Amino acid sequence: MPRLVSHPDEVKIVSRRFGQGAANIDRYIELGGYESVKKCLAQTSDWIVNEIKSSNLRGRGGAGFSTGMKWSFVPKQSAKPKYILVNGDESEPGTCKDHLIFLHDPHAVIEGTIIAGLAVGAKSGFIYLRGEYRYLLEILERAVADAYARGFLGKNIFGSGTEFEIITQTGAGAYEVGEESALMESLEGKRGIPRIKPPFPAVVGLYGGPTVINNAETVATVPHVIAMGAAAYAELGTPRNGGTRLFCLSGHVQFPGVYELPMGYNLKKMIYEVGGGVANGNQLKAVVPGGSSTPVLRPEEIDIGMDFDQVGKAGSMLGSGGVVVIDDHTCVVEFALRTIGFYQHESCGWCIPCREGTDWLKKSLARFHAGFGKATDIDNIQYLAENMLGRTFCPLGDAAAMPTIAFVKKFRKEFEDHLNGEPCPFAREGVPHLTVV
Amino acid sequence: MPDVTFTVDGKKLTAPAGTLLIEACRKAGIEIPSFCYYPGLSLQAACRMCLVRQEKVPKLQTACTTTVAEGQIFTTESPEITQARKAMTELLLGNHPLDCPVCDAGGECELQDMTFKYGAGESLYAETKQHRNEQQWSPAVFYDRPRCILCYRCVRVCGEGMDVWALGVENRGVHSVIVPNVPGENGGGDQLDCEECGMCIDICPVGALTSGSYRYKTRPWEMNHVSTVCTHCADGCKVTLGVRQSNNGSEIVRGDNRDKSGMNGDFLCAKGRFGFDFVNHPERLTTPLLRNAAGELEPATWEDALRVAGARLKEVRDSRGGATIGVIGSNRTTNEENYLLQKFARTVLATNNIDHERTTDYAAFACALAGHPGKTAGLREIPSAPAILLVGGNPTDEHPFLAWQLRTNVRLNKARLYIANSRPIKLERQAKLTQELPPGGYWRLAAFLDAGQSDFSKAILAEESLIVIFGEEFRGPAVESLIAWGLKRANVRFAYLGDHANSHGAADMGLFPDLLPGYVPVTAPGPFAEYPNLPAAPGKTLPQMLDVANGGLGALLVVGANPVTRREVDLAALQNTFLIVQDLFLTETAALAHVVFPAASLYEKSGTVTNTFGDLQMVRKASDRAGAKPDFEILVRLAGAMGEEVKKLVPFGRGAMTADLGQSRGAQAGEADRHAVWLEANGLEPRLSPFDPFAVLDEIERLVPGYKLDRMNLMTGNDVRTEVAPTQPATASAIGGEDLIVPAHDTLFTSSTLGRYCSGLNEIEAHQTREHAEAAAD
Amino acid sequence: MSTETISIFSPELATRFDALVTKYPVKRSALVPMLLYAQDEIGYLSDAVITEIAHRLGLTELDVRNVASYYSMLRFKPAGRYNIQVCTNICCMLRGAYDLYERFREELNIGPHGATADGLFSLEEVECIGACSWAPAIQVNYDFHDELTPDLVPGILADYRGRAQAEGSKNHA
Ligand SMILES: Cc1cc2nc3c(=O)[nH]c(=O)nc-3n(C[C@H](O)[C@H](O)[C@H](O)COP(=O)(O)O)c2cc1C
Ligand code: SF4
Ligand code: FES
Repeated sequence: MPRLVSHPDEVKIVSRRFGQGAANIDRYIELGGYESVKKCLAQTSDWIVNEIKSSNLRGRGGAGFSTGMKWSFVPKQSAKPKYILVNGDESEPGTCKDHLIFLHDPHAVIEGTIIAGLAVGAKSGFIYLRGEYRYLLEILERAVADAYARGFLGKNIFGSGTEFEIITQTGAGAYEVGEESALMESLEGKRGIPRIKPPFPAVVGLYGGPTVINNAETVATVPHVIAMGAAAYAELGTPRNGGTRLFCLSGHVQFPGVYELPMGYNLKKMIYEVGGGVANGNQLKAVVPGGSSTPVLRPEEIDIGMDFDQVGKAGSMLGSGGVVVIDDHTCVVEFALRTIGFYQHESCGWCIPCREGTDWLKKSLARFHAGFGKATDIDNIQYLAENMLGRTFCPLGDAAAMPTIAFVKKFRKEFEDHLNGEPCPFAREGVPHLTVV
Repeated sequence: MPDVTFTVDGKKLTAPAGTLLIEACRKAGIEIPSFCYYPGLSLQAACRMCLVRQEKVPKLQTACTTTVAEGQIFTTESPEITQARKAMTELLLGNHPLDCPVCDAGGECELQDMTFKYGAGESLYAETKQHRNEQQWSPAVFYDRPRCILCYRCVRVCGEGMDVWALGVENRGVHSVIVPNVPGENGGGDQLDCEECGMCIDICPVGALTSGSYRYKTRPWEMNHVSTVCTHCADGCKVTLGVRQSNNGSEIVRGDNRDKSGMNGDFLCAKGRFGFDFVNHPERLTTPLLRNAAGELEPATWEDALRVAGARLKEVRDSRGGATIGVIGSNRTTNEENYLLQKFARTVLATNNIDHERTTDYAAFACALAGHPGKTAGLREIPSAPAILLVGGNPTDEHPFLAWQLRTNVRLNKARLYIANSRPIKLERQAKLTQELPPGGYWRLAAFLDAGQSDFSKAILAEESLIVIFGEEFRGPAVESLIAWGLKRANVRFAYLGDHANSHGAADMGLFPDLLPGYVPVTAPGPFAEYPNLPAAPGKTLPQMLDVANGGLGALLVVGANPVTRREVDLAALQNTFLIVQDLFLTETAALAHVVFPAASLYEKSGTVTNTFGDLQMVRKASDRAGAKPDFEILVRLAGAMGEEVKKLVPFGRGAMTADLGQSRGAQAGEADRHAVWLEANGLEPRLSPFDPFAVLDEIERLVPGYKLDRMNLMTGNDVRTEVAPTQPATASAIGGEDLIVPAHDTLFTSSTLGRYCSGLNEIEAHQTREHAEAAAD
Repeated sequence: MSTETISIFSPELATRFDALVTKYPVKRSALVPMLLYAQDEIGYLSDAVITEIAHRLGLTELDVRNVASYYSMLRFKPAGRYNIQVCTNICCMLRGAYDLYERFREELNIGPHGATADGLFSLEEVECIGACSWAPAIQVNYDFHDELTPDLVPGILADYRGRAQAEGSKNHA
């Protein structure tokens, strides 16, 4: 059972009910659950959309797109059914927050999904969980069944005369399926190959109908925004970055865990105070601020507020909220290799630059790290990653290229230290396996 | 869509809004590279070669998915774009073997071309390549995985284009591979169960998919490429034959679609692509054969064979009369040969006993349409017709190209396809509505439609314009009734499905005992009154000629046909008949002959053929078979051997018909040289050789109704329309001869007698049967 | 009763599949879950599994294989009864995942993708399993075990051996 942590700086909104047995529907209701959806049933859809817009809630899946805006793109009239699609594929290395939401507060996701449905006029929602989260799927399915039993879902929700159905779905191991259009393909029983855009999901999505796709945390946040009011929620964060978010602190910190902190919380403080600093008395070497696809930051770059805009300005991304702390006993080349190994394994293979690029990067880095590097490799690795960037079919290619470029650029010296037959300065017993295929 | 104006590389272009940028550019002569984009197939945007810059858009965009709109500004060539494309090529080459010199696609490889163009000459990456073994998926298709660049063209052409869906993609990422549909030992696909059309091979931009019949035989630049017309079914696809010199003439080593100029564009089926190897079959006849005193056939010289055959024909004609001589023509020889054959029969042999193996009732079709010009539809029109009614037939098996056209139209234009048939056919998957008919119930269809009771008939009646395609189940009255139904309505046009490369031409050229070319009755010969000695009475039909009860003929000339097998002829009928056969092989019929002439195949001669839709195309001589001669030449020489004046038969040289000037009988007595006058009026030069089939083509155009040819188009290699409609309604007995019609029912891999000598097709056929036997055993 | 008259699956699973194919707006949406559930029961995606699922969904076997081969949790070969999946992705790696993996290897005496002779365990390295803040983590089939150290390995294995025995005797009873 994942350990829950807490810190005085936390502002518990989404994580409010963690550890309180709220997977049980009665307990959820006792803790104020399903009030927001009732509130929304008494409001117009425009009101809901506006409320979410003005809360400055931004997508927690990675790109940080304004949730209210996304909802407003859905056409009012549509010949095909509209859908809400909840992205619980959580696979970006460094990210484990949705895990906790489904474990401790599945009804919040259900409630948020219904509200999203009311906002855009959708009559059904799909909640897609990654295949590895089987035990969470069972919890979620129980919760959905309970909600049906209470009349919170079905033909006549809360006796309002409105219909809303929720269908759960499991993946079977594929990071790329977290990409919104690949997710739709997967949900339609196909290979997780992303779709050509435009058209965007809001216009042509799941089964060809207009679709809102949101991350599970985003959706779980929605009832809280409605409950506390948009202004109050927005207030917690920084301009254009409303509220709080779940930061998954991992790696070489003393107290790793998922902490809910206000948007804009200082990264350095997050590591040294919330996380208790670098473990084992070691020094900080680098931080990956938003999941493995975000460019690494050097220690001198971490005195920044953790919101989408500030991290963007610092040359990286807030991403999915996975803060990975790396100490000075770690080999950056090995870390880069393991990172690219992941993208090579997860590339769907559809487009040339990503399919071939990730493979070549992995091979080159593996050889390089094994002590067979050539001086020209360093530039070649960078050249290769730069030539993938912005040219792939979906953002996975960028997700592989961006961190690679940052590792080479920011830690070139470490790469050079591997040259001339020098063994990895951080070599431990046994080299990395990277046997994942 | 309204036209919009946008800018590409500083040039203002106009195209309908929503056109794909890559298409709009290609039309304007701006070439944007691509691997995965393929016109008519679904979009992939996977290869990223077509990246261009659009003003005000942060990232490079794929031209293959960008649609044009008013005022957009694009750059398609710049250092940035060149670098992007170069990098894409470098990335591909990373895992791609760099052994172009031994690759089957060397010289015809799009990856090679791109590398050349974008100069990814330096190998930046020195990692080991993903190696995988080559696989043979079927007799026709080999797959060399490391060469595959995953453009998914093969998967799409097989699925979307052919509706076969035999190819897929397995695994993901760099482990992705194209797989066929029959799994092997290790789970992954390694055998194909499909129509073996070879479209995947043709569409492959690199050397990943190669053809069992061609691979590693030669280099593309060592072949001559000749574009001609397929000899198999009656759709008339253009096929490009790759020909290499060999010790007995030349050898065809490949059939493909390199020249996409034909109406079949990309398409070829297994027969078109792999069915050329009969030309090199070891049993091919290369010398004339004469039956000796011992009653055995033995090789003879052309002189001897011609002398014997000519003398005997002359003798029978002169002693017993032309009515005791019979002539059977071919569905695979050219129009010129067929025309010449009937003219030879009628004017030299003085007989109307001429017929051919009728695979469909073109005569009834022509007569029903008499007096209604413009009511037939060409095969080119099928992919854009808004609505099509297919009654009978099974195009998927018997008219693969028509099936492709129909699918394309439904897929790209949402055309409405209606199918009425007495059995289920695969094309129903594309049909909007289907109607089951009782076998033999075709003649009631017109009444059924008019009744307007069913959804099917209501939908048909609601169509403003319709093309009706008849299958070979239709005969005489059923043809007439449906055509009559269609003629009452404004926009209904017709086509009729026959079986072989020139079945329609054979009928059009008058291989009938009672109909002259253009379905002109022999009893009212019209323009053919100029034929000297034209017998007035209709002759015998093919079964009559071979009927024992008829007492047998004095002589029978069979050109490119095998009636003995096809008709299960009682051999007694031929006991006292002097049989002359012109053919490629010693068929069952040829084996009975007294004289056998080795004939050239359709791939070894020039002329024209008319497909079942009435589209006429030129065939071009691709290869040579030492010893064999075109049927045209054999006939001319035979006439010579009979002591005839060849000019009467083939209007060549100056004054072709002036010989008739001094003649006292016949319609043309005393007239000037009509042919020369016509040539001059049409700006044509007289042909100089008696062996030039175009001399006869000129005469065909001059005399045959419905064969007014667009010469310009024809000479540039295009198909041109002919019409079957005779100017006057014919009442010839050919119409009533329903039993005379015997459809060949060839499948995707058979081609009647000729098919037996297509080793490649036979191998494929055996592979298919084996597979199905295995499946059945499971 | 399942709509398939002859099914290779247990009656419970067959009934579940009947329900699954009607759950979504289009039938084939049930494909990925069906493959996964079938694998849970049969152990891997055998030819027979592919055939029946293709049949149930009206898809070609090629199509089903193409989809199945895309997803990394799906396999075409049997694994051990307890498939140990050690996450070695960055967060787990930083906290000793390779040492953990190594320890499993030693204890089980098998290589990557190998299985023990008794068929009880198989071992593989996997990508991030969503337990980054509790690294290093593993999954044994679907069970998560987190914040592990190599010392805990023998205990985990003993635990599953015990379970197998308990279940085995239950099955025999
Ligand atoms: C390769 C790739 C993987 C992704 N994986 C996930 C994921 O696991 N979970 C998620 O919520 N979003 C993921 N996303 C982002 C989604 O595409 C999408 O933007 C998101 O679900 C939208 O929700 P949001 O607006 O609430 O963030 C991924 C994107 C890419 C390109
Ligand atoms: S469709 Fe007919 S004409 Fe065309 S290639 Fe095939 S057999 Fe030849
Ligand atoms: S042609 Fe556009 S991406 Fe391939």
